[in-house]
Amino acid sequence: MKFTQSWLSDHLDTDLTLDQLDEAMTMAGLEIEDIDNPAARLAAFTVAHVKAAQPHPDADRLRVCTVDTVDGEKQIVCGAPNARAGMTAIYAPLGAYIPGLDFTLDKKPRKIRGVESFGMLASTKELDAGEDHDGIADLDGDWAVGTPAADALGLNDAVIDFEVTPNRPDWLGVYGIARDLAAAGIGTLKTGPVEPIKGEGPCPVSIELDWPDACPVFAGRVIRGVKNGPSPAWLQARLKAIGINPKNLLVDVTNYISYDRARPLHVYDLAKIGSTLHARKGAGEADRFEALDGKDYDPAENHCVIADETRCLGFGGIMGGAYSGCTEDTVDVFLESAWFDPGLTRITARETGIDSDAKYRFERGVDPESVRDGIELATQLITQYGGGTPTEMTVAGQAPARNADISFDPTRVERLLGLALSEDRIEAILISLGFTVSRGNLWRIGVPSWRRDATMAADLIEDIARIAGYDALPTTPFGRPAGERFEAPATIMQNRVRAARRAAALAGYDEAISWSFCRHDEAALFGGTGEGLKLANPISSELDVMRPSALIHLIKSVQRSADRGVEDARYFEAGPVYLSDAPDGQRTVVAGVRRIITGRDWRGAEAPDVFAIKADLETLLAAVGAPASLQITADANAWWHPGRSGVLRLGKTVIAEFGEIHPRVLKALDIDGRVLAFEATLDAVPTPKKKALKARPALDLPELNPVKRDFAFLAPTDLPAANLIRAIKGADKQLITEARLFDVYTGQGVPDGQVSLAVEAIIQPRDKTLTDKDIEQISAKVVAAAEKAGAQLRG
Amino acid sequence: MTDTATADLSALEARILDEIAAASDLGALDAVRVAALGKKGEVSLKMKTLGQMSPDERQVMGPALNGLRNRLNEAIEARKTALEDDALNAALARETLDVTRPAAPARIGKLHPVGQVMEELAAIFADMGFKVAEGPDVEDDFHNFTALNFPPDHPARDTHDTFFMEAADGETPKVLRTHTSPVQIRTMVAEEPPIRIIAPGRVYRCDWDQTHTPMFHQVEGLVIDTETHMGHLKGCLEQFVAAFFETDQVEARFRPHHFPFTEPSAEMDVRYERVGDAVKVGSGDKWMEILGCGMVHPNVIKACGLDPEIYQGFAFGMGVDRLAMLKYGMSDLRPFFEPDSRWSGHYGFSPLLQANLATGLS
Repeated sequence: MKFTQSWLSDHLDTDLTLDQLDEAMTMAGLEIEDIDNPAARLAAFTVAHVKAAQPHPDADRLRVCTVDTVDGEKQIVCGAPNARAGMTAIYAPLGAYIPGLDFTLDKKPRKIRGVESFGMLASTKELDAGEDHDGIADLDGDWAVGTPAADALGLNDAVIDFEVTPNRPDWLGVYGIARDLAAAGIGTLKTGPVEPIKGEGPCPVSIELDWPDACPVFAGRVIRGVKNGPSPAWLQARLKAIGINPKNLLVDVTNYISYDRARPLHVYDLAKIGSTLHARKGAGEADRFEALDGKDYDPAENHCVIADETRCLGFGGIMGGAYSGCTEDTVDVFLESAWFDPGLTRITARETGIDSDAKYRFERGVDPESVRDGIELATQLITQYGGGTPTEMTVAGQAPARNADISFDPTRVERLLGLALSEDRIEAILISLGFTVSRGNLWRIGVPSWRRDATMAADLIEDIARIAGYDALPTTPFGRPAGERFEAPATIMQNRVRAARRAAALAGYDEAISWSFCRHDEAALFGGTGEGLKLANPISSELDVMRPSALIHLIKSVQRSADRGVEDARYFEAGPVYLSDAPDGQRTVVAGVRRIITGRDWRGAEAPDVFAIKADLETLLAAVGAPASLQITADANAWWHPGRSGVLRLGKTVIAEFGEIHPRVLKALDIDGRVLAFEATLDAVPTPKKKALKARPALDLPELNPVKRDFAFLAPTDLPAANLIRAIKGADKQLITEARLFDVYTGQGVPDGQVSLAVEAIIQPRDKTLTDKDIEQISAKVVAAAEKAGAQLRG
Repeated sequence: MTDTATADLSALEARILDEIAAASDLGALDAVRVAALGKKGEVSLKMKTLGQMSPDERQVMGPALNGLRNRLNEAIEARKTALEDDALNAALARETLDVTRPAAPARIGKLHPVGQVMEELAAIFADMGFKVAEGPDVEDDFHNFTALNFPPDHPARDTHDTFFMEAADGETPKVLRTHTSPVQIRTMVAEEPPIRIIAPGRVYRCDWDQTHTPMFHQVEGLVIDTETHMGHLKGCLEQFVAAFFETDQVEARFRPHHFPFTEPSAEMDVRYERVGDAVKVGSGDKWMEILGCGMVHPNVIKACGLDPEIYQGFAFGMGVDRLAMLKYGMSDLRPFFEPDSRWSGHYGFSPLLQANLATGLS
């Protein structure tokens, strides 16, 4: 919402400077977004008189002017064709910043073709203050030397732009702003009640309210014999200042009242409408009309239209039709001032895609009791500047009732705000805002018609706080409730995320945060988009579904880094993936990605392989508290390399997948080379049981040293080594504490299709030293278990 | 006779000592030892003749031979040590490496500033008794809007550039949560007051420029009990800002604002000034908005099944990314979500750092 300082002072008497007004409005809740103060912007520039303008000795197009300025008589070289003796111009002194050129004049005089120039004569374009056509500003009127340029250019009115929150549609009019500022003590409201105008004869147009829910009240009046020319200069200047192009008196007056009183109006050419206007439901194609935006619309049944007997004339409260609109030739007019339901207005606007100042106001809520004032104010301005004779006003229907009185307990003010205010002060604030107060045990508060947002005590307390000032509220120290035991606030999942992030970073991965959404065909590569996870209004087609995996963006990022010369970027992300749109359809994963790239080192460097990423993953899972005994299988999802990927699982529950990304997926993502990755689902890690005691069981260290025995087995190449290791470990659960694969060999001595696997078993004696016979027995168990798993002791 | 014999011994000693000195390795030295002191060595053989000597002769020659043997043994030991030292020194010299060559660097990644700031917030608010709560990113209309006192078809919804999910005909589309406030609702529905929670997480708005990204992070705060008032809200947030920016010199102000889910509502500004490209928070002549807050609206309390006549409290919400930018000096939001190890290396945090109240936030 924009308005100007002088416009505000039409309604509000105040001594505040612009800066003070800014501060006061902000602290009263009228949040100023921007103040454009041309007087400050143009402060360096002043009126000057050109005494003489001689041709430049060395340049035909330049003139050497003698100028009477605020700094005394100056010689200024000027290239403008209209520079001439006797003109009143605008002087820019040396060192001045020229906003329209984004350029600062030298502090010392500059020689232009050998002639010194002490400043500049400016065009309004150079001052960002208008458009000149013939060179420098050529001021009309009798301006004294030194007059601020802003005054001479009529730009001495600051434009204030502030944010109107949806609860205060009364601030969409300058009068409403003044009323609120006066309540906040920022001046006195000087505008009185609107004076009724007595018309001549009854209004010839009658109004039928066929759909009172949408349009419960509609006032109208005819004015005959209007001369619809340009509106007066002051009105045009105000509209221009807030960014509205003046058109003609009738249109400008309705726009003006919309911004002055938050009261939208519409003016019809009386010659184009019938004798009865209906506010009724739309009739579809039968109602097709061209609106003032030049587009055709078919009003639907849930859209409120204004129509006469023969045609639809426009959407009520949103936009009128082109047919019945006023032109320069319009002589007799019908004025409409009605009230349209906010919700229905909003639906109509959304369904038709129309935006307008009227719609903006009606959907937020116009003061229903302003219909008559709207007609009167418009009549006054139209007849004052365009002449004409008004008829009597006709009013159909009734304004919607005001909000019910609010029952108000004044002690709630202190309870909610922590601020003790006297009952008299509370009452005074409410009255200053237009509420009526009837004090008692519980107060009865009457709500003014323009405050449809106020329905309950909390609404009143907000206003009381606002007017009393938030600075007046106490600042009360806020600590942990006294006597309560400190309890760490993080959940298990949050602590897992913390641990996983640190484990991943310590393993060399930089943390990334990437979009939760991705492109649907990329999602398809990673299992597809879950139910309900397609965006209806994506910000870009690249980000149109919720991601099923955190790998997608990481893989692409690693490639993007490589393209920028960072060949071995490694990224991880701890974040969400989405399985469905249900509240429990989201999982927290940690994913890591790196390229298979051989580093260079003087001692030699190897390319990372699937076991490198597996080690990173296992370290990370240990850090988040996953059980040490995860099973491993080779049946990872389709986006992994079928022969170089694995799954870490607890029974059916998949904890993580790792390995190389499938080359076909990489190709689809336009990735060079090979990529290693892991993705662990933290939600799948079982929650440890909460223990009552933090104490750990006593440490039980065996007194005897462990014994190591090596075994070499021949196994089919498709026998998972994990199966063999598990079998060996399980051969004697009491004594065998560890089994480690330490060599893998194929080649001479090993039959085709087989592999030699060498395993070291750690045997931990407990209560007695093991004899050779004991160890032989254990070895036999190991061999038997290995055979059962499919491996033969290598002879 | 003994004079001659002792003179012989001196000559023998001198010769063997020369041989010891001349031994160039441990083998040669041992040969000298065996030749002199071995079973059949010259000195040993002489010692065997002692038995045949007269007592007078023995009295002279016994100590002389013993002395000779001891001196030779010492000389051999000393020579052995010297030869071993030489051998070790030679070996060490051969093993010398150029230690100025680079070691293979252990790579350590950096953590994202958003995670760092979230942990700082958790530490600060934990000290004030807040727990951490979470909720889903894909929300229903009720939790994101209606329960938060955004009536259906109300212009207040326009202030959120909402992402909608595709919905079946006639069904209310789900949304990507536009703020973390739905977690307020989920918490109040599930828990009995008193409640103190913060809810960090991803939020989404359909907007993309230098200071807006379609996804960003917020932290929500909620306090519900029977007595917390707006003075506590001011106290809590002023304490927070001072702790977060790690300075006593934060000047803050609260301005009236409007949010559907709080009443009264406020925005909190802090003073700041520009120092070069950086923003210095705390002092200066300009105000910058850093968060929105207010007393929880009675309609919200009611929507969660609690009695607004009994319960009251405050809520606040702030942009985590923005706090990170302000505190750590990033001027552009977009790189937050474009993984780049060069950016991480510059703006990221060591994984060994754990923001906490005992050792410091950053």
